[in-house]
Amino acid sequence: MSEFTAEGGHGAVPTEGVPSGVEPKQRSVWPLYEVFVRGKRGLNHVHVGSLHAADDDMALHHARDLYTRRNEGVSIWVVRANDITASSPDEKDPFFAPSGDKVYRHPTFYSIPEGIPHI
Amino acid sequence: MIHDDSAYESLADEHGGDARWAFGTGFDDPLSGVDTAIPDGVDAADLATYCLMLADDALVMSQRLTQWCTNAPELEEEVALANIALDLLGQSRLLLARAGAADPALPSRVAPDLPHEDALAYFRGPTEFYNVTLVEADNGDFARSVARLLVFSTWRLALLDRLTTSRDAVLAAVAAKGVKEVTYHRDYAARWVIRLGDGTALSHGRMAVGLEDTWPYVGEIFVSSDVEQRLAAANVGVDLAGLRAEFDDAIGQVLSLAKLPFRDVASTVDTLGRSGRHSDALATLLAEMQVLARAHPAATW
Repeated sequence: MSEFTAEGGHGAVPTEGVPSGVEPKQRSVWPLYEVFVRGKRGLNHVHVGSLHAADDDMALHHARDLYTRRNEGVSIWVVRANDITASSPDEKDPFFAPSGDKVYRHPTFYSIPEGIPHI
Repeated sequence: MIHDDSAYESLADEHGGDARWAFGTGFDDPLSGVDTAIPDGVDAADLATYCLMLADDALVMSQRLTQWCTNAPELEEEVALANIALDLLGQSRLLLARAGAADPALPSRVAPDLPHEDALAYFRGPTEFYNVTLVEADNGDFARSVARLLVFSTWRLALLDRLTTSRDAVLAAVAAKGVKEVTYHRDYAARWVIRLGDGTALSHGRMAVGLEDTWPYVGEIFVSSDVEQRLAAANVGVDLAGLRAEFDDAIGQVLSLAKLPFRDVASTVDTLGRSGRHSDALATLLAEMQVLARAHPAATW
């Protein structure tokens, strides 16, 4: 089994044995960070993208400059991409397939009162 | 409703009918509800000239920062510098519009058929700009650019902070908006000056040179013109000389963290921006900034 990394901003991707066509150029030695923004009306932080920064503090400021320019956010989280433990595509079926037919796990058998939007 | 996929989608809902914007924004008009009358006892031509001074500082600084686009050392810094440039452009637009409203002869003399802010930004020549020389100097390397940005934003923050109590309600509103923006600009520049100054031997050396190149322009930014003195006396403008102590204190704090010396260098520049006497650098900068608007007046896209 090949090594996996969360680097790249789109979940776990294999780091070897993948033909890319071109030799990747080492543009920056700054580590990759993933950015999570909570919108004005959002209830939770949502992943919006990634960026490079020299340290946590710079990452937070870069996130402010890159991802909240259009008045989107009121709160930002940044985390080193390397610090994210991600599920791998190999485990897709054992991880996620069993929930596909458990309709009783969804609260569709209850009537939800008006005015409760987030359930 | 809340979208789980994208923070932007949830925001876009707020402005569902407005297809013009990729993401909803909810803009605030900083001048909404502001009294636009010219304060009693203030000469309209003086007020217009004063607005031009503050507008030109921001406009020329904005253009210099914009020149980092496609040239910045990192993509993230490029966006950061462009953000700062856009903040300053926004301040400049409001101030140019105020200048045109206070003295309509100013814009109509250079381009009678255009909106005041366009006429004043794109159809004045270098001798009709009143920005301080500090902002028109070449960018140099990144260190020199952040040194200049630190000096500029520290100075402008002190200025705008006092301007929030101006008797001119428009200037006060523009300043109140600008204080929040320029506070961030100063923070951005200070972080880089400290990071480079307190970094490697190479970065320390480059930052020291960047500051040395900037000091000669500092003397001029604390000398008030006659217009500024008159308006300061009328509690409409700000006397630049009164900003020096706050400036020295803030810059001193940053430089001590950056392990770099603060030098009070005698001005070696023979220009006086507030009188329209500029270096050749401004003419080159304006030629680039104005060429499109002059070739295609009133063009939109």
